[in-house]
Amino acid sequence: MAKKSKRVVVLVMALALLMLVTACGKSGETGKAPAGSTDSKTKTVALNGAGASFPYPLYSKWIAEYRKVAPNVTIDYQSIGSGGGIKGITEQTVDFAGSDAPMKDDQLAKAPGQIFHIPTVMGAVVITYNLEGVKTGLKLTPEVISGIYLGNIKKWNDPAITSINPEVKLPDQEITVVHRSDGSGTTNIFTDYLSNVSKEWKEKVGKGTSVEWPVGIGAKGNEGVAGTVKQTPGGIGYVELAYAVQNQLPYAFLKNQAGKFVEPTLDTTTAAAAGSAANMPEDMRVSIVNAPGENSYPIAGYTYLLVYKDQKDKDKGTELVKFLWWAIHDGEKYAKDLLYAPLPDNVVKLAEARIKQINYQGESLYK
Amino acid sequence: MQMPSPKSRRWGDSLFRGLTFLAALGMIGLVMVIAVQLIRGSQLAFTHFGLGFVTGSRWDPVHGAFGSLPLVYGTIVSSLIALLIAVPLSLGIAIYLAELAPHWVRTPVSFLVELLAAIPSVVYGLWGVFVLVPLVRTALEPFLQRTLGWLPFFQGTYYGFGMLAAGIILAIMIIPTISAVSREVLLAVPNSQREAMLALGATRWETIKMAVLPYGRSGILGAVILGLGRAIGETMAVTMVIGNRPQISPSVFELAQTIASIIANEFSEAFDELHLSALVMAGLVLFVVTLLLNILARLLVWRVARAPEGVTRE
Repeated sequence: MAKKSKRVVVLVMALALLMLVTACGKSGETGKAPAGSTDSKTKTVALNGAGASFPYPLYSKWIAEYRKVAPNVTIDYQSIGSGGGIKGITEQTVDFAGSDAPMKDDQLAKAPGQIFHIPTVMGAVVITYNLEGVKTGLKLTPEVISGIYLGNIKKWNDPAITSINPEVKLPDQEITVVHRSDGSGTTNIFTDYLSNVSKEWKEKVGKGTSVEWPVGIGAKGNEGVAGTVKQTPGGIGYVELAYAVQNQLPYAFLKNQAGKFVEPTLDTTTAAAAGSAANMPEDMRVSIVNAPGENSYPIAGYTYLLVYKDQKDKDKGTELVKFLWWAIHDGEKYAKDLLYAPLPDNVVKLAEARIKQINYQGESLYK
Repeated sequence: MQMPSPKSRRWGDSLFRGLTFLAALGMIGLVMVIAVQLIRGSQLAFTHFGLGFVTGSRWDPVHGAFGSLPLVYGTIVSSLIALLIAVPLSLGIAIYLAELAPHWVRTPVSFLVELLAAIPSVVYGLWGVFVLVPLVRTALEPFLQRTLGWLPFFQGTYYGFGMLAAGIILAIMIIPTISAVSREVLLAVPNSQREAMLALGATRWETIKMAVLPYGRSGILGAVILGLGRAIGETMAVTMVIGNRPQISPSVFELAQTIASIIANEFSEAFDELHLSALVMAGLVLFVVTLLLNILARLLVWRVARAPEGVTRE
């Protein structure tokens, strides 16, 4: 008995010693540059980001590709939602944040420094439906969509819908409205659109990541909305363009500001951004719903990276600026494959000007 | 081997006593920390709405109007529907498995029931969306409306999604809990109870009704409370089938919303301080509702436990 316990004590002590040694070894290593690089300039830098989940697949791709360009920089992005991202950047727990909606004035006022919005890509929101025998291409106008979501248009054979779709046979069926139940950037873009095209919507409901819906079933996530619409004959819902394409959902063509019915695609989304670039404010916080232009799809929005204008750490700031510059130039190549609409050239120019203003103690970090 | 001296044994005892005391204290501490955190987080919402938060029935994040009454209603009613369905079924399962089933049925069925408890709730939710909801919409709800449509509970349009679907899915989720615990309780009833009844000439059914169930009733009540606790706090499966619409309607066909579900839905994208605070306060309300229900249940258990076993003194 006594012998046994002694042996245990020795074992425990040996284990503790081993842990101590490995811990020391690790902490000694982290300060050093990775093996092979003797250049003192290429320090290892870790950038932490968090925020919107919508662009997460693209940002992960960027991070993986950027590692090949700059092996000394490790970037981490956690998709915790735009709200979490804004909280993180305001409290300075992250180096950059992602958000699907631009920050509001009172939120910006709470931050300890000036925050820049750098647009990265755009997303579009499409209207999907479940009508027997009706495939992609049902035509909808702003009045019809807001009428349905306000609960004023209740049946699929309402004259407002049949008159613009003379070639489609629409059933005498109740419309079941489906919307997102979780707070989301998709809802923000969609309600932004409804507020833009309908005065009644703007007054009664307004825009936001979660709103008080006048009618309809709430479902969680794109997959929830798509699933609920699929389960419900006569259902209508809104999902991200990428989700609709990947899952081959039927979607509607929408009438834009120029009066044309436009199919939601990456090109028509980029066209919407290009069409509204002329009115882009300097801080780039802009809504591009119902954008002008023949070819503009009306329900679209930017997703942004949020960074501080005045960086506190020179090394981190330098690498962050390099990454942002890479993202809006080389990074845009990866957007289309992952079903995100890339920035039009005129918006890239505006973003460049913004990135050049990021500085450390008054000195621009762009080289 | 030598027995430790009396002195060192006492030392070990007090050490053990101290450790278990610390564990218990930690538990109390944890509850306190949660309560304090919830109260602190909901300060802003409380100064804005006061008790109106509990009585208000609008939930409008855009205009900053928050009232949790429909959420409390949805939470309690969906759990009650679940109990209404689950308790008789679970008791049936428990009685069969403990008293009546032959040995070769008992083991596999008990195993299966316990397996149900281990299925993650998101899987129940998916099954709910793709199997249960269409079934409810095309079969159960039309049937209920045809036969019982004169009751206010079964009126209005039905979507499949809604309070009824949520109640059913919760019932399925809490059946394993209630039936497994009840079965253990029934198995713990001493055989002398049964033998005495049988000796008096009672039938199998009379034995169960008059000796076994009364003996185990406080334990069975405990099992029901355990199930209720799970139903009230369930989030994922409920949010997938309830329709997520904060409203109060007598009809179980209507869409509804629960506290746990709205927190899970809106927390990650809540930008506004007041919105965040309102969600935390909803959490506090859930905490209080659970606490009250538990106290009520505890009182019930005491009352039942104080009554004598069996039906002799009536």
